[in-house]
Amino acid sequence: MKRGYTLFWLVPFLLVISLYPVVTKSVIARETVFIILMYVSLAASLNIIMGYAGYVSFGHIVYYGIGGYVAFYLMHHVGVRLVPAMLVAGLFSALMALAVGEAVLRLRGAIFAIATIGVNEAIKSLVTNLSFLGGATGMFFNFKIYRAYGGAAKAIWYAYYVMVAVTLITVVVSYFIKTSKFGLGLFSIREDEDAAFVLGVNTKRFKSLAYAFSAFFPGMVGAVFFFKAGNIEPEDAFHLVKSIEMIFMVMLGGYGTASGPVLGALIYERLKGMLLVNPLFKNLHLAIAGFVLLLIVLFAPGGLVGYLRSKFRKLRGVLE
Amino acid sequence: MEAFVSALLNGVLLGLAYGLAAIGLNLIWGVMKVINLSHGAFIALGMFASYFLFHSFGLSPFVSVILVLALGLVVGMVAYFIALHRVISAPELSTLLSTYSLSLIIIGVGTFVFTTNPRAIDVGLGSLHVLGTYIPAAKVLTGVYSLIFTVLLYIFLYKTWTGKAIRAVSMNRVAAEFMGVNTTFILSLSFGIGIALAMVAGALIASVFPFTILSGGVYELKSFVICVLGGLGSPLGALVGGLVLGLLENVLTLKMSVGYVPFIEFLILVVILLVKPSGLLGKE
Repeated sequence: MKRGYTLFWLVPFLLVISLYPVVTKSVIARETVFIILMYVSLAASLNIIMGYAGYVSFGHIVYYGIGGYVAFYLMHHVGVRLVPAMLVAGLFSALMALAVGEAVLRLRGAIFAIATIGVNEAIKSLVTNLSFLGGATGMFFNFKIYRAYGGAAKAIWYAYYVMVAVTLITVVVSYFIKTSKFGLGLFSIREDEDAAFVLGVNTKRFKSLAYAFSAFFPGMVGAVFFFKAGNIEPEDAFHLVKSIEMIFMVMLGGYGTASGPVLGALIYERLKGMLLVNPLFKNLHLAIAGFVLLLIVLFAPGGLVGYLRSKFRKLRGVLE
Repeated sequence: MEAFVSALLNGVLLGLAYGLAAIGLNLIWGVMKVINLSHGAFIALGMFASYFLFHSFGLSPFVSVILVLALGLVVGMVAYFIALHRVISAPELSTLLSTYSLSLIIIGVGTFVFTTNPRAIDVGLGSLHVLGTYIPAAKVLTGVYSLIFTVLLYIFLYKTWTGKAIRAVSMNRVAAEFMGVNTTFILSLSFGIGIALAMVAGALIASVFPFTILSGGVYELKSFVICVLGGLGSPLGALVGGLVLGLLENVLTLKMSVGYVPFIEFLILVVILLVKPSGLLGKE
């Protein structure tokens, strides 16, 4: 597969954004960039199954929640440090996705979407009833946990750096998946699954792998997010609205492209931030997001990157 | 024993209302192959329509339901041309997202206008004494009305020319078009009917339970479970699915904690999708 030049600007771009709060030592900027990076990582990983393979995982936030819970449990009750706990959480999420995918990936189209909503809601209600995970009230960190990282203030910076690393890895991996033979197989599944199967693509294995990849990163993101938050509860971890936000970002940027979700996440976070501080639009931001989404779906289904690619042929090498 | 009878009666009555809500979703899926993610938002809209007709004009929900039905039909047909007409032949992702954005708009504006404070309609009809237990009359009426609307829909779909055209479009849109059916009109009409049923179900449920603008989401998820249980695209299946769900909710809670009920419901959803995607009553 011929590779373009997307990564040559995308990675420096992300690095500049991530370094901004470090240089300015601004806590407010750090919080904003942390959320942006989290969105980028979530959108880029959802894009693997939704954009590349064409399977709209509507309840994708479930893997973020599972990762968050696994890591939180390990850190809270077993005393594992953040990075190993995060890796275990990512792997656990990926394994869950393999198991769940074994079943739900047999479904196609809208039925698959509904089934993934069902999986999210089922796991949310299950976790709400499990007392060793804290039930409906969830779990809280004892602040002693942050001592291992040099106090709470330093622990939050530490979480920030880990999030930067996770995001960069997610974006790079999603790019290499897209430009690999594996990615080509996924795109053929998206266009016509039966034809892909007849032409020798192992559709079942490809889909499962793509699903596992797209669950691995949200698992790690969840681990870092809830480490930083200090508490975890089912309503937060398996919030269906977050799932929708992920889909929104992917669509806004351009689904199936590697740079689209990154730009989509960035624009969405800025847009949301702007609307939330405006007194007139503060309460209307959901409605505005809905209106924008409707316009994208009706008039620019390729999103921002798709639109630019179709208008400017020369940009195709740098906007993959 | 008394508790069991009461749970059984409550289950059947609520199940009928759940079934009515799900039929709207099911009709839209069957005819248009669209999963209507704005279903819950329209259920909530029905609740608020009923609430305002009750508080501003003093109309009982069981009278104003006719107005809600008409309103739903119009709103639904307009919504079809705004959100769906352009993407009706596009891949499912587009229709999923366009109906979802419709839902975001309705819920967003609804939250802005009505806030998320809980509201309730107190119809004050008292209770009926049935088989040794007391059942609120509003609940009985809700069940009866749901059954009536379901039967009316059935007659409409199977005995009238327009109903037959709707079924023809659901079987094969292109062939129906060749036979002289105005498919654009039929599609918008089906969406209108689906939305109208969702709003009617919302209006009826609002007379039994308190609600907020966000309550629709709960019933939307229930409707998914019901549709899958009864078979996507089959109106009768939705009624049976609704009864099963209503009974499960009321009878299971006699024996176990309420918290586990959603888990069981969604487990059923996923298992049925995997084992028998055509639903309990489906062929194959």
